[in-house]
Amino acid sequence: MELTGPEHPGAPDEAERAGFLSPNWVTARLDDLVNWSRANSLWPMAFGTACCAIEFMATAASRFDLARFGMERVAYSPRQADVLICAGRLPFKLAPVIRRVWDQMPQPKWCISMGACASTGGIFDSYAMVQGIDTIVPVDVYVPGCPPRPEGLLYGILMLQKKIKRETVFDPDLRVERLADQQGLFLEPAAVDELSEPFGNSVHQTRSA
Amino acid sequence: MSGGAAENPSVAALRSRFGAAVERGAVQLGATVVWVARERAHEILAWLRDDADQRYDYLIDVTAVEYRDRERPLELVYQLRSLPRGLMLRVKVDLAKDRPLEVDSVVDLWRGADWLEREVWDMFGIRFRGHPDLRRILMWENYAEGHPLRKDFPLRGRFSRSEQVRRALGADLRAHYSMEELSIAEAYDALPADVRERLSPDGPAGR
Repeated sequence: MELTGPEHPGAPDEAERAGFLSPNWVTARLDDLVNWSRANSLWPMAFGTACCAIEFMATAASRFDLARFGMERVAYSPRQADVLICAGRLPFKLAPVIRRVWDQMPQPKWCISMGACASTGGIFDSYAMVQGIDTIVPVDVYVPGCPPRPEGLLYGILMLQKKIKRETVFDPDLRVERLADQQGLFLEPAAVDELSEPFGNSVHQTRSA
Repeated sequence: MSGGAAENPSVAALRSRFGAAVERGAVQLGATVVWVARERAHEILAWLRDDADQRYDYLIDVTAVEYRDRERPLELVYQLRSLPRGLMLRVKVDLAKDRPLEVDSVVDLWRGADWLEREVWDMFGIRFRGHPDLRRILMWENYAEGHPLRKDFPLRGRFSRSEQVRRALGADLRAHYSMEELSIAEAYDALPADVRERLSPDGPAGR
């Protein structure tokens, strides 16, 4: 095939044609490319409310070095963050705050629930505490522990990266904002009650009215 | 439970000055406790602060205790310290449950009582007459489940979890804080117009 014309003045020589197919060119699935870039530059929005935040700091510091996983910059602005990391128990008073932080984060965004209290309410099965932040915001990865060690959080982050790498940009439902419904809830009331079911020693305590 | 420690001499001074208004005194684990009548509590506390021989100039804490025995009254606790004399005195006021839980505020004596009394109101439902700004301080302002540290308050609250979440998510964030509490409030008029607009209740910050 002869390439001539205004765009290709003169005939290409063999070296140029070989260069066109050199290792400087790759082909890839778009998903792989997008997910690779997303998964490897997650900027966390640290929502530290309790002792888990101390472990988060340890994770971010030099010994465990969060930056190895592309989390170079901890964003303290939700508008420039990809991952909400709720590190610590969430009282009801903070529930509208974390919901607003989540709403302010642009898509694509993910959420890590760090520690027993953020995930389930933990030992705080009381009048003041949200029994699992998944009743407020959607959660991708739960990290158990009280508090989790930095290795635990890093493992959670690696799991999130694995999850992100399996996403597809062509799924129309994946990155849709799930807003609160008419009842002002993010989940069905029955689902919230079920998620907040007591466990452990506290099953014998009853609720009045 | 007398720990062998001597009773704070302020109790004897209180007795000679206020007579029957000083209901009883005790030494508990080395600390002197004195119970005073509710109606004269403010007067007694003012005297303890101002009298030249007493000088309890520092109010460490105001809190309350409710006991499991239903017939026992609520106890309101003032922990006083005299910095010049190096003495502590715990003043308690019994509040019978069959009467309104009301007592005179001591914010006019110690400014530090402001938030302490708000906390006692929030947690126990004791009203402080004459308090300049008696709002909830730990729970948010439109919290509707009652006063959590009372013995008749169920540990998980009165509403179902879904109702609690619904109310929490529907809470107006401005009910959590007031402009007076934010230090920026004092500088509000000096702020640039766009910042003022942003902070105003009708601006984006208030949603």
